Amino acid sequence: MTKLLLIIKREYLAKVRNKSFVVMTFLSPILLVAMVILIAFLTKLNDREKTIIAVLNESDYFGNEFVTTESTSYINFKNMGIQSAIDSTLSLGYYGLLSIPNDDSLEKIASNTFFYSKEAPSTLVINKLEKIFEVRLEQRRLQELGVSKKDFEEIGSSFSLRTSTFSGELNVKGFNEIRAFIGGAFGYLIMMFIIIYGGFVMRSVIEEKTSRIIEVIISSVKPFQLMMGKIIGTSLAGITQFVIWILSASLLLTIVIMVFDIEPASLNSASQMANNGLSEVANISTMNEKMMALGTEIYKIPWVMLITFFLVYFLLGYLIYSSIYAAIGAAVDNETDTQQFVFPVILPLMLAIYVGFFSVFNNPHGPIAVAFSLFPLTSPIVMLMRLSSGLGEGGVPIWQLVVSILLLIVTFMGIVWFAAKIYRVGILMYGKKPTYKELYKWLKY
Amino acid sequence: MNHILVAKDVSKSYGDNIALNKVSLEIPENSIYGLLGPNGAGKTTLIRIINQITHPDSGKLFFNGEPLTEKHISLIGYLPEERGLYKSMKVGEQVLYLAQLKGLSKTDAKLKLKYWFDKFEIGDWWNKKVQELSKGMAQKIQFIVTVLHEPKLLIFDEPFSGFDPINANIIKDEILELKRNGTSIIFSTHRMESVEELCEYIALIHKSEKILDGKLSDIKKAYKKNIFEVGMHSARGLELITSLKAKFNITDEKFDIAESQLNFTLQLSHQNTQEVLTQMASMAPINHFLEQVPSANDIFIRTIASKNSND
Repeated sequence: MTKLLLIIKREYLAKVRNKSFVVMTFLSPILLVAMVILIAFLTKLNDREKTIIAVLNESDYFGNEFVTTESTSYINFKNMGIQSAIDSTLSLGYYGLLSIPNDDSLEKIASNTFFYSKEAPSTLVINKLEKIFEVRLEQRRLQELGVSKKDFEEIGSSFSLRTSTFSGELNVKGFNEIRAFIGGAFGYLIMMFIIIYGGFVMRSVIEEKTSRIIEVIISSVKPFQLMMGKIIGTSLAGITQFVIWILSASLLLTIVIMVFDIEPASLNSASQMANNGLSEVANISTMNEKMMALGTEIYKIPWVMLITFFLVYFLLGYLIYSSIYAAIGAAVDNETDTQQFVFPVILPLMLAIYVGFFSVFNNPHGPIAVAFSLFPLTSPIVMLMRLSSGLGEGGVPIWQLVVSILLLIVTFMGIVWFAAKIYRVGILMYGKKPTYKELYKWLKY
Repeated sequence: MNHILVAKDVSKSYGDNIALNKVSLEIPENSIYGLLGPNGAGKTTLIRIINQITHPDSGKLFFNGEPLTEKHISLIGYLPEERGLYKSMKVGEQVLYLAQLKGLSKTDAKLKLKYWFDKFEIGDWWNKKVQELSKGMAQKIQFIVTVLHEPKLLIFDEPFSGFDPINANIIKDEILELKRNGTSIIFSTHRMESVEELCEYIALIHKSEKILDGKLSDIKKAYKKNIFEVGMHSARGLELITSLKAKFNITDEKFDIAESQLNFTLQLSHQNTQEVLTQMASMAPINHFLEQVPSANDIFIRTIASKNSND
């Protein structure tokens, strides 16, 4: 036990003192913040450049619909021929010219309206203009039918299906996606951690082989102790790095937001611009209502349960994969030889993420989602995505969770046994890269 | 005689490849025991079994009379053939770590390290990284790590490979001193010159089997062929040869007229050496009379050759 602690301590210190590790740990949050600043800056820059559109309106149906906004302004041309309007648009350097002819019906006008521009216009601009026409057409038709705008809005402008579980717990539409997203984030975190720190474990094993210290060490400790010490020490270093990342990134972001006075919302302004139409004003109140509902729902996510099982799945999943990585490191002499063995290891991880994002998002408790959340090599990721929708009634059945964890534990023991065998033989083998067949033989040594 | 280590019928195979086939050894306490054999004979496998790095398929091992178990690990010091150190770790930290893995407490380890670092005059390396050291320097560190915990049994696998002659001599002297202080030493090598100087006992491993073992002096006696190299002083060398040849079995005769020196090889069968000497001395003055003792290398080559021809 004391020997295991010694090994863990050495592996941890060796990792934490490593120059590239230190650089990565402290540089990454700075890079992240720099990226946020850059995005905010670029967005503001984009906002500053106004799109100016000339409007040649010959019809009576349109008047004050073209409202100048922060990003777009409209200039009205009057009493001009189409050709001279195009010429002046060009010479004034405007973005484009919207030409609305006169006709007796709005439909005919709409179908004869053209937008002229120097280059192919951006979809953003076109969407805005189309929105204006759509709203106007809608109003016109309602008028013809004798329905007032107010009446129409009251009929059912915003109907969204309220969903509820059988137990009567109310949900908000879109909430499942958010839950799945949070589960997905946890799953993604596990995958990234496994790939990054599994790789560290592997490189550390290879280093011991190439520096030829391995035989000195295993004459004092058991290979299994060394392997576990290495895995635990490296993962502690990894957790340290994650904690530093989270703390420093949030600290830096707070400072940056305060100093530069960036509104967090402005990071989304690109998407806001798209639906910057007229209807937005009317929707703001309902959107606020929705946001509040989502807020309470996020609050209602069973965080304690989710974090508990995140730790369980994280621990087991990481131990399984990093022992495979350790075995790979033991089997080869240098890093270039690892490719062939690493790929089949990453495959189930990728599969888990894709299955998670495509299948679990749509149907968290469908057969595929269930199967992948039971299969031990994918369950740490997929089960977490499912678990975000709750445990027990309306969520993951308890038996599935139990089976999944039991399978994971059994697999964990099997894989560690298998990896330890490969490791024990591999660390003393120098020279050529082994084939899968030879690896199989090693199991029997 | 007390044996520090006894191996009984130890066998180990890797798949279809037999690495050791019923090898038995008895290593006397406080001796230097040479484990000899060509590359790939199974020496390293045997050493790894003694160090409990690998486990034998069958056979038993005893350390100081007790069955070999994990608790004996701290009583054994092992310098493997494939040896190295963590390159990016500082020397001091690294030796402390390795010593603690062998079961020493940190304070104990520090005290003992100070002794060795002073002895080798390398105190100022403590805060250097291993990658800054030369190969010879690193090997001194490895030697210290091997002997630091004062093991009862030391195992050196090809200890002199890669050492320059000066360092090799320092290490050789240290090994001899450790032996004087009561340590038993196993010495695995295929380089025979070091065997002659150091080993009292040897075992010869060939193709996974032990084909010869015992006290080196006894083995040499057994391999002697009663051949002597003789030198005589005489101005009339040719006549002397003729009269000698009449009485003895003489070959390789060489006569140097200028120096009046006759050299030849004498093969004795049953005669008493003293009588032969008296007879020869009456014919002409003898200036050397030397028995040809086979070197370890000769024994090694002859045994393996005869083994191969028998197979």
